[in-house]
Amino acid sequence: MFFVELIAQSLVQGSIYALIALGLTLVYGLLRILHVAHASLFTLGAYIGVLTYNATGSMVLTLLAAMAVSGLSGVAMFRLAYQPILKQPPHVALIASIGLFIAAEECFRIIFGASGLSFANPPLQGQVQLFGGLQFKQAELAVMGGTALIIGMLGWLQTRTRIGVACQATVSDPQMAESFGIRLTMVRDLNFLIGSALAGFAGVWVALLNNLVEPTMGSVPSYKALAIIVLGGLGSVPGTLMAALVLGLVESFGTVYLGKVLDRNAIAFAFLIVVLMVRPQGLFAKR
Amino acid sequence: MDYEISLITTIGITVMFALSLNLITGFCGQISLGHAAFLGLGAYTSAMLCQAGMPFWLTLPLAMLVAGLLGVLVGLASLRVRADFLAITTMGVGFIFIGVVRQQEWMGGEMGVTGFPGSGLGKTGFMALCLALAALTAGLSLYIQRAWMGQVFKGIAEDEDTMRVLGIDVPRYKLAAFAIGTALAGAAGGLYAQNLKFIGPDSFGFVESVTVLSMVVVGGIGSVFWVVVAAAVLSALPGWFQFIGDYKLLVYGGLLFTMMRFSPHGLAGIAARFTKARTAPMPGASR
Repeated sequence: MFFVELIAQSLVQGSIYALIALGLTLVYGLLRILHVAHASLFTLGAYIGVLTYNATGSMVLTLLAAMAVSGLSGVAMFRLAYQPILKQPPHVALIASIGLFIAAEECFRIIFGASGLSFANPPLQGQVQLFGGLQFKQAELAVMGGTALIIGMLGWLQTRTRIGVACQATVSDPQMAESFGIRLTMVRDLNFLIGSALAGFAGVWVALLNNLVEPTMGSVPSYKALAIIVLGGLGSVPGTLMAALVLGLVESFGTVYLGKVLDRNAIAFAFLIVVLMVRPQGLFAKR
Repeated sequence: MDYEISLITTIGITVMFALSLNLITGFCGQISLGHAAFLGLGAYTSAMLCQAGMPFWLTLPLAMLVAGLLGVLVGLASLRVRADFLAITTMGVGFIFIGVVRQQEWMGGEMGVTGFPGSGLGKTGFMALCLALAALTAGLSLYIQRAWMGQVFKGIAEDEDTMRVLGIDVPRYKLAAFAIGTALAGAAGGLYAQNLKFIGPDSFGFVESVTVLSMVVVGGIGSVFWVVVAAAVLSALPGWFQFIGDYKLLVYGGLLFTMMRFSPHGLAGIAARFTKARTAPMPGASR
């Protein structure tokens, strides 16, 4: 029973990781930037979510507001921060991104206070009984369902629509795509919009599951998501999804069996380094 | 006078720490996001050996040895992964270090180590030691920069593949950069522990790694003189202006971002633009 519960919890955790890491993978695939500041959009989504829910009491409105604000901020970040330095060597964008992330966390602390916000009366807290006595919070089920739905939609968008094919073309060869009439800036804007909106979506759910939004809530997911996209073989969407679930499992089981020697973050990164030593191209990359 | 002495001591240690990262990231172009782990390793080694009764001066070389050994290990790992992964791998090393220390009772766990015997040098004497070691590190950096090794480092930073074609043993030089840089960080760590008389896992986290990286970047990746200036100013600023003390991270984050966005070569780049003394491209300007 304990075993099954662990797996269930790692699925919840893995879904959240997947939502955050997807945006990072999209950005990496397109621009070869390790977008650390992505997690600040996750935190932003969480703050907008709590504020909207406490004001309106509608979960749908909350999710829409969080996704819209995070998504648009993501596009603004791309236009103002990354676009001008795309020609520089990759470490320039990485360091700029880290700077942006640290500054954003401090802004959250200064604007919303260090102690954090929470839902006045959090929705979807009821327990749901599943087969075999397995219990989930309604919110946890919603996260997993929502993640599966969104990923399905994205997959459809990527493979079955013109715009999705344009994105794929831009990832594999930007110059060629441009000469075939694909507007690069539009594709990049769209990727930042979608990726950041997903981060905002994840932020709302994490806020709800912990019933707490803190300025630093983005730090851990930020580093974890980087580990995940590296594990998944940078830039690969299916690889990222698998890596998110695998990392969720490794962490849950690792904390139980190795908790005395290493903490949760250390387990995740130790796993990452071991994998990289064996498969330097990542777990699921095809070389 | 006490305040000035402790400030100058801190500046000396910080300059030494920043120069040690400059050897790896600046000269050799290997981005490290976990350099604080080596400061921490040196600090813990020195503090715990002092506690065991060893005289302070003897613990410093041992702190260098331990940090340098781990540095070579990380260097070996870095040979297997490509540039983008290295930043994440070193970040992981930082998290693993903290995660391990936190769970070890004999290393003080969460509470840290305190109450170890002093250096027996007195405040002024210790300040002189720190300044002397910082100056020595700067001298060594300048020497390496002018020597054959420094030329190879620069070549690796600019174009690794060409260096390979030229028949240079690139892995050996990368390992050398890691070994020297991390050993120096270990020595800085020994001084750090002795200066504060207290060390805990939180003193060597990701924020500290980014802080030291920001000093190197703000100075101008690879430039010894400007890195010293940036490290000295950035470590002294929080004490001078209480405003910056409270908003320290915002200033660091903002500086990192602004520098990368508007002057990717840091202060050195700005200075070069003014003097026009620049005939060769800036070090670290790969591609």
